[in-house]
Amino acid sequence: MAMPADVPSADARYFGKLAEGIFEIPRCRTCSRHHFFPRVCCPHCGSQDLEWVAPAGAGVVYSSTIVRRPGGDYTVCLVDLQEGPRLMSRVVDIPVDEVRIGMAVRARIDQTTEGPLLVFIPEGARS
Amino acid sequence: MVIDQQRGAVAILGTGLAGLGHAGGRTEQEIIAQASCRAVEQSGLRMKDIDGIITSSLTSPWWVMRMAEYLGIRPRFSDSTMFGGSSFIADLKIAAMAIAAGECENVLICYGSTPRSVPSSSRINQMRAELDPQPYEHPYKPFNPVSSYALAAARHMHQYGTTRQQLAEVAVAARQWAQLNPDAFSRDPLSIDGVLGAKMISDPLTVRDCCLVTDGAGAFVVTSAERSRALHAKPVYVLGTGHAHWHRQISCMDDVTVTPAVDSGRRAYAEAGLRPSDVDVVELYDAFTINPILFLEDLGFCKKGEGGAFVEGGRIAPGGDFPMNTNGGGLSCTHPGMYSIFLIIEAVTQLRGEADARQVRDAEVALVHGNGGVLSSQATALLSTSL
Repeated sequence: MAMPADVPSADARYFGKLAEGIFEIPRCRTCSRHHFFPRVCCPHCGSQDLEWVAPAGAGVVYSSTIVRRPGGDYTVCLVDLQEGPRLMSRVVDIPVDEVRIGMAVRARIDQTTEGPLLVFIPEGARS
Repeated sequence: MVIDQQRGAVAILGTGLAGLGHAGGRTEQEIIAQASCRAVEQSGLRMKDIDGIITSSLTSPWWVMRMAEYLGIRPRFSDSTMFGGSSFIADLKIAAMAIAAGECENVLICYGSTPRSVPSSSRINQMRAELDPQPYEHPYKPFNPVSSYALAAARHMHQYGTTRQQLAEVAVAARQWAQLNPDAFSRDPLSIDGVLGAKMISDPLTVRDCCLVTDGAGAFVVTSAERSRALHAKPVYVLGTGHAHWHRQISCMDDVTVTPAVDSGRRAYAEAGLRPSDVDVVELYDAFTINPILFLEDLGFCKKGEGGAFVEGGRIAPGGDFPMNTNGGGLSCTHPGMYSIFLIIEAVTQLRGEADARQVRDAEVALVHGNGGVLSSQATALLSTSL
C-alpha cells in the first residue's frame, strides 16, 4: 500500500505561514464560509474542499479582559474578523484599560521569542 | 432495543460527603471511598450490591478502574466520560439509560479531589495543558478558566448593562447561605464592597467573584424508582435530565452570553413535564459570579439580559423569594475542581428536609445545573420528592 504524501497539519500550515509574516485562514469552497481555528473539514457544512485565503485583517473587539499578573497586566480579547470567524488575540500598542468592546482593530503579526503572534492594533493607528 | 426513558424512572438513594474543605492528609481516593461508603450505607445497600459505577477525574483517564478496584466493585456497567464540572449531573442520564437497558441495578456516582491540601505542581499543570492543547488560545496566556469567564462577563455587561454590583450580589448571597451551613468552607461576613474591592484577577472578576479551591468528595447512589421505594424512606426521583455542549474553548463559543444550558434545560423540563415556575429550590454551578446569571436566563427563570437585575436586592440570599445555591455554592461552600456532585447532594438534602438552618420550606422540586469547561458542557436535572 502506498503511503500518503506527507502534508502539514492545519496547525503546522497556519503557524508556518504566520512565521513567514502571512495571515491566512481556511475558507470552504462548498459553502463559501470561512472558519477558525483551521481544520481539515468545514465546521459549517462538513466539506473537505477547503482553501487558504488571506483575510482583510479588519476586525472588531467582541469581548476583552485585562489579565492581572505579577509580571504585568495584559489584555486577552475575542476579535471578530470581517470575514466572520472569531479568534482569541490581544490588542496592543494602547494602554490595557483603553481596549473597548466594539473597537475596530487591524491584524498585525509580531515575531516574538515564543514564536509568531497574531495581534491587533486599533484601526487608524500606525503599525 | 428500545429503551423507555421514562420520567422519574430512576431515583437517588443515599448521599455521602467526605473531606470537605481540607482533607487533612487523606488522599483523594480515600475521601472518595469514605463518601462512597457513606452513600451506599445511607442507601440501605452494601457495597456488593453496587453493580454500576460512574466516576471521572481531571487527571487520570483510568479513574473508574482505579475507584472500582479501591472499593472492591466488579461492575457490570461502568462509565468514566469526563464532561468537566458538569459530569455528575450528565451522569444521571447515563445511569438512567444503563438501568433502563437492564445493564445494572444500583449505580454509584462519586467524585473528589484534594487541590487545597495537595496543590498541583507547575509540572502537573503543564502536563494538563499539553494533554489538552489549545494552540490558538494558549499563546495569548489567558489565565484560565478565569479569563474565559471574564470575557463572558464583560460581554454581558456591555450588551445588557449588567453591573459588577450585580455580579457581587451572587457572591454575597452565597456567603450568607454558607453562614447557615456548618460544612461550608468560607463563612466570614462578605459585603458587596468586599467583593468589588478584592484583588482583581481578570477584569471584571475579582478573587471574590471566583470559586474556592478546596478539597472534598461526594457520592450518591441511583437505582430504579421501583426498587428505591423498598430501599429508602425518601427516594428523590429524577424527573428529567438534559445535557448539551457546543464548544470546548471560549473563542469557539458563538455568543458568550448564551450557553448550551438553553438546550439542556429545555430537554430536562420537557422530560419532567415541568416549567421554571414549578421549581422550589435551585442549585446552579457558580464557578464564577457570572455563571448563575447566565443560567437563570438560559434556564428560563428570566429573560436574556435580565439575570443581573434578577439577583438584586438579596433575592437569591437566605430570606429572599428565590432560594438558590443553598449550601453556599462553589463560591463559599466547597469547590474541589469538578463541583456538580455537590449540587445534587445539596438538592437531595433540601428535598428530604434535612438542611437544618438553611432549609427551604416546602421544597418539593429542585433544579440542579452543572457547568463544565468554559461554559462548554451544560447538564440540567429536575429532582423531586414525588413522581
